[in-house]
Amino acid sequence: MATTEEELIESVEGDAERDRRGEDSSYAVFIPNTHEGAQLLKPRSQTTARELMREVGSVLRMSEAEAAKLGDLPDDPEEDQTMIINMGPQHPSTHGVLRLMLEMQGEEVLRCKPIIGYLHTGMEKTAESLTYMQGSTNVTRMDYLSPLNNELVFSMATEKLLGIDQDIPDRAVWIRMLMSEMNRMASHLLFMATNGMDLGAVSMMIYGWREREEVLRFFQEVTGLRMNHNYIRPGGVAADLPAGWRDGVLRLLDIIPPRLDEYDILMTGQPIWRERLQGVGVITPSEALALGATGPIVRSTGVPWDLRRDMPYLEYEQLEFDVIVGSYGDAFDRYAIRLAEIRESMKIVRQIVELMPEGDYRIQDKKVTPPPRARIDESMEALIHHFKIFTEGFKVPEGEVYVGLESPRGEIGCYIASDGSPNPYRMHMRDASFTNIQCLPHMMRGGLVADAVAVISSVDPVLGGVDR
Amino acid sequence: MDETPQIHGCPVSDSHGQEVIHPSREQYLDVAKALADEGYTLAVDLCGVDYLSHMGRPLPSDIVPERFEVVVQLLDIGNRRRTRLRVQVPENDPVVASLFDLHPGTEAPERETYDMFGIEFEGHPDLTRILMPEDWEGHPLRKDYEIGSIPVQFKEANA
Repeated sequence: MATTEEELIESVEGDAERDRRGEDSSYAVFIPNTHEGAQLLKPRSQTTARELMREVGSVLRMSEAEAAKLGDLPDDPEEDQTMIINMGPQHPSTHGVLRLMLEMQGEEVLRCKPIIGYLHTGMEKTAESLTYMQGSTNVTRMDYLSPLNNELVFSMATEKLLGIDQDIPDRAVWIRMLMSEMNRMASHLLFMATNGMDLGAVSMMIYGWREREEVLRFFQEVTGLRMNHNYIRPGGVAADLPAGWRDGVLRLLDIIPPRLDEYDILMTGQPIWRERLQGVGVITPSEALALGATGPIVRSTGVPWDLRRDMPYLEYEQLEFDVIVGSYGDAFDRYAIRLAEIRESMKIVRQIVELMPEGDYRIQDKKVTPPPRARIDESMEALIHHFKIFTEGFKVPEGEVYVGLESPRGEIGCYIASDGSPNPYRMHMRDASFTNIQCLPHMMRGGLVADAVAVISSVDPVLGGVDR
Repeated sequence: MDETPQIHGCPVSDSHGQEVIHPSREQYLDVAKALADEGYTLAVDLCGVDYLSHMGRPLPSDIVPERFEVVVQLLDIGNRRRTRLRVQVPENDPVVASLFDLHPGTEAPERETYDMFGIEFEGHPDLTRILMPEDWEGHPLRKDYEIGSIPVQFKEANA
């Protein structure tokens, strides 16, 4: 029921009056003694027409009058028939520390408000005190399931500012592509695991982690670490691929396809799985685009938008792959898209293995690349050069630049403003999960609380990236 | 003398091959609307920058640099192109119009910018802190926000 501002103020004052008299007002528990203070979900009777419009009208492209009408439906529940509950931040299916305030009528979710910030560690502020050289150590920890994509976008933005983005050696570019596709596989395999677990296919969790571990083992061979690699750096990559990398990749390409076929048997064709996902968390193309959603979410609605194909970066235009789109925009489409994208990524990796050129793995520009280790022993200048690059870093010309690319979760973007010093003046990451999370209230509206779990899972947010 | 190129009455500059439009605060919403009609229907990102210690940054000649900037990345899916808006926001009146009614997807990024820089967005439906705790004082990404010696601000810390 929509009310005017005056009525809202009146009713709040009324509540205060009741509080003084010691009476329990309906939602006093949520104010004001919590940290979150104003981040509360107001009772329906105290929701103004404007706020209601915000919840339904603006995104559904309705007029204010239509939205208000929707709020005044005769079966709109009275306040005492609904319940506001908190889901998270310590809930196993919220993928980290996401908190949702849900207004429930029985089992039905009427409204939902995501509350984030529990993992905020000020990484954008940290970036301002790190050099460009150290920057990729920082950004790799943001979206921790696709670390190599974070490093890649940061490095590409830095290179654009330096004006060397066209001079990166071919081999470095192809290694970058190989690693980011492998990363997409690892991330989507983990999605298979968590999505299965959230929906009760518990053994799926073990299988998903098992396959992801195979990919991480390859990462460990190449970068030395399973996660947070700091491998892709401005100027190229940290080290060349180790001897025998081809065997490692081909082994993976042999192991994973039969396992994906097992997933199909275990989940895709199962009636229970389909019942749980089909028609759940539906979002329309116009809603998804209005909310800035990217990646599998927007593709699930039938919009064929993939930056790898539509605004190619690296050497993606040389590769053949399909952009997978859904048609219903529901949780099943998002699941199926990710499963198919693993297969597409394998197709890409197979082409990369064949086409991988020989050559340098980093740019031979003395400004950004330290001298080889052997030179340090014989040349004083090389030692000084090495020391300067690692202590002071390299200066990046004044300017600002935005680079966006396709991470497993959607568009990841890096905006860097430089003032000519060796540290970024401002570094902002546009994380796909941060924007995608805004879709949750629309996907959940009118669904069951059990489906809320499926919906969160299908958006696949990584809270490290959301909160940064 | 060369005229600065203009789009919808706003000076345009080129930053490493990327198009940057510099609307004034008054033009901002109208320009965003006009661009949306031209196809820039996706507001990919919105963030703030505090240029306190770098006021001499390069800008088109008719733009007066202010302390804050709001930077919006727009994407045109149909024509596969990007553009960027940079709006100057003065320190003594850090208010700009909200893009919410045009691009609802800027809801969270605008809250983040408010949280981190204290820039207010007029017309935003729920301008509250998003990443920092509700009772936090100060705006951490401002350049005059000291790092290293911050008193612990959580309520339980004093209990």
